[in-house]
Amino acid sequence: MYKYDQYDNKILQQRIAQFRNQMERFLAGELAPEEFLPLRLQNGLYIQRLAPMLRINVPYGMINSRQLRHLAYITRRFDKGYCHVTTRQNIQLHWPELSDVPDILAELAKVEMHCTQSSGNCVRNITSDQFAGVTQDEIVDPRPYCEIIRQWSHFHPEFAFLPRKFKIAITGSEQDRAAIQVHDIGLQLVRSDAGEIGFKVYVGGGLGRTPVIASLIREFLPQEQILPYLEAILRIYNQLGRRDNKFRARIKILVRALGPDVFAQKVEEEFEYMKDGSNILTEEEIERAKSFFTEPPYETLDDASAQAQVDAQAADNRAFSKWLQRNVRAHRVPGYSSVTLSLKPTGVAPGDATDRQLEIIADLADTYSFGEARTTREQNMVLADVKKTDLFELWQQLKQAGFATPNIGSLTDIVACPGGDFCSLANAKSIPIAEAIQRQFDDLDYVYDLGDLDLNISGCMNACGHHHIGHIGILGVDKKGEEFYQVQLGGSAANDARLGTVLGPSFGADEVPEVIQKIIDVYVENRTDEEQFIDTYQRLGNQPFKERVYAKAS
Amino acid sequence: MPKLVKDGAIVDNEWTLMAKPEDAPEAVEVPAGQVIVPLSVWQAQQEKLQTRNDIGVWLNSDEAPEALQDAVQKLPLIALHFPLFSDGRPFSSARLLRDRYGFKGELRAVGHVIRDQMCYLRRCGVNAFDFGDQDINLEEAVKSLDDFTEYYQASHDQPLPLFRRRVS
Repeated sequence: MYKYDQYDNKILQQRIAQFRNQMERFLAGELAPEEFLPLRLQNGLYIQRLAPMLRINVPYGMINSRQLRHLAYITRRFDKGYCHVTTRQNIQLHWPELSDVPDILAELAKVEMHCTQSSGNCVRNITSDQFAGVTQDEIVDPRPYCEIIRQWSHFHPEFAFLPRKFKIAITGSEQDRAAIQVHDIGLQLVRSDAGEIGFKVYVGGGLGRTPVIASLIREFLPQEQILPYLEAILRIYNQLGRRDNKFRARIKILVRALGPDVFAQKVEEEFEYMKDGSNILTEEEIERAKSFFTEPPYETLDDASAQAQVDAQAADNRAFSKWLQRNVRAHRVPGYSSVTLSLKPTGVAPGDATDRQLEIIADLADTYSFGEARTTREQNMVLADVKKTDLFELWQQLKQAGFATPNIGSLTDIVACPGGDFCSLANAKSIPIAEAIQRQFDDLDYVYDLGDLDLNISGCMNACGHHHIGHIGILGVDKKGEEFYQVQLGGSAANDARLGTVLGPSFGADEVPEVIQKIIDVYVENRTDEEQFIDTYQRLGNQPFKERVYAKAS
Repeated sequence: MPKLVKDGAIVDNEWTLMAKPEDAPEAVEVPAGQVIVPLSVWQAQQEKLQTRNDIGVWLNSDEAPEALQDAVQKLPLIALHFPLFSDGRPFSSARLLRDRYGFKGELRAVGHVIRDQMCYLRRCGVNAFDFGDQDINLEEAVKSLDDFTEYYQASHDQPLPLFRRRVS
């Protein structure tokens, strides 16, 4: 993991001092609320429906056991003893005191954590693949580049007051797990025919009320040119992005208005001025960044015998076998696996973890996974480097701690925003809908048989629950003060990223579980042996689902 | 005389900021003395105004610095106007004026600029801050110029990014 040096620490301490002063002036009435607003947002602080909310960055999802333990302490001392993992790999506190926030930032800094630009109209936390560095389909480890871009974006003097928020995601694998095509900038690390490392650059993707799949504007950008190229994109956006209408201010609207080709042309022209400047990465800097993400001290293991042991344990224990298949993933190093901890047991808000659970994850990370863990876009956590021979023992401990629900990637691994229970923007609640669906599908064997299925819930069209890219997406809408839910089908966040299609008129909260059941029934009745839900949907289209869901009772 | 922050000090504001004219910009009379005229007046009366050495030009946030063309080399002062503090376009304008068009004179932020933007604006090349009629304690505000003294990125004030300067 990246380690702070004297420079990183100095910059972060200066930020905390700056924010402490801003908070004091705000509380003393010397800083107007509307002027304090973007300043507090750029330090992660929202004023929510019931209490402030503080969003803590987990840069590209990497977190270590020391940080997890300190977070646990922070949730106890400053909050109600739990936190929430978000769809951008961050961690939120939902009950801090406003005036405590500078102290919370100071506590976070002790473990090299922060809330820098986790909100506001600026470059947000860089997100990436939760299996970076350990996945078999990796082309280039994205984390050194994430860190380089993190440093470039933090406290960038030119881009702190953009027209709107700005999200960058990076993947280095063949299979995109970072949903790069629904980000303002999506970067895909690739190797040229000559073996050089570079980026495919996508721009203008996003969800929210105008969901758009990003456009490819550069087929191959040599790695050393990434910072000036990003700076060119941001400068064009800062100058030309709309500022007259908040809902037309994202870069996707600008890219669409100009057309991707014209936008790309403008970026290239701007880039011409910058491409020989000091922002070109040096070989030393790339090597320095890579030096923080070297391999942990893996043991040389006999994969066949480790696998044989796991297979024997699985044969004796059906629950373990199911967990293995859903929550455990192949690793590129023989004898190792990556394990996803489900934060989605029925009855718990998706992504929530208690202080004690954070400490347990820290302990398990120390015992089984070189002291590191990761947060995921699907609001779960990962222990990336577990020896296969430890899996059975780890599983038993995960069961005790409530992390072993064998539902990763399945229907009950629901992605949901905090929704109307917490968020002042929401039109409708999300968490109770997630729970009602989990209760409808409480038969683990049945859910297991349904295979891969992404179900996403957003409490409003801002789409924090990414409902557009769920295979099944649910959107909370407000109709004359009552909460209704619109269902859409066929979205995808993978390489063939696509947006879902609305099924039809919306439903009341109590109808949702049954509607989902009907959708699943159509799938189960029509699927072929190999088909996952999304495949069947793509073959059949919306119609059969629509007919079933809206059929008049006979 | 009203005060402003310039090069880190609190000094008299010796320039008059001329509002955008309601009439045709060519018809407006530019008074004697140090005046910062709107871009439209400058463009309409450039031949006459460029003979004076006490004329500056202000750009609104939606006016690109390209509009000044070669005059950038000669003007003693350019002001960047914030209609609203959260309109971030002047940050890019400042960098373009300094780093691309080589502006060497006084670069002044005017309008609804706030104290908490001073450090970033300084980094982008702005060296003077006129808070207009906002109720601001300049002795306090000036401290925000150095909210940060170390930076990751290259910018006007520090042309080398940290990665080219880092000593471990």
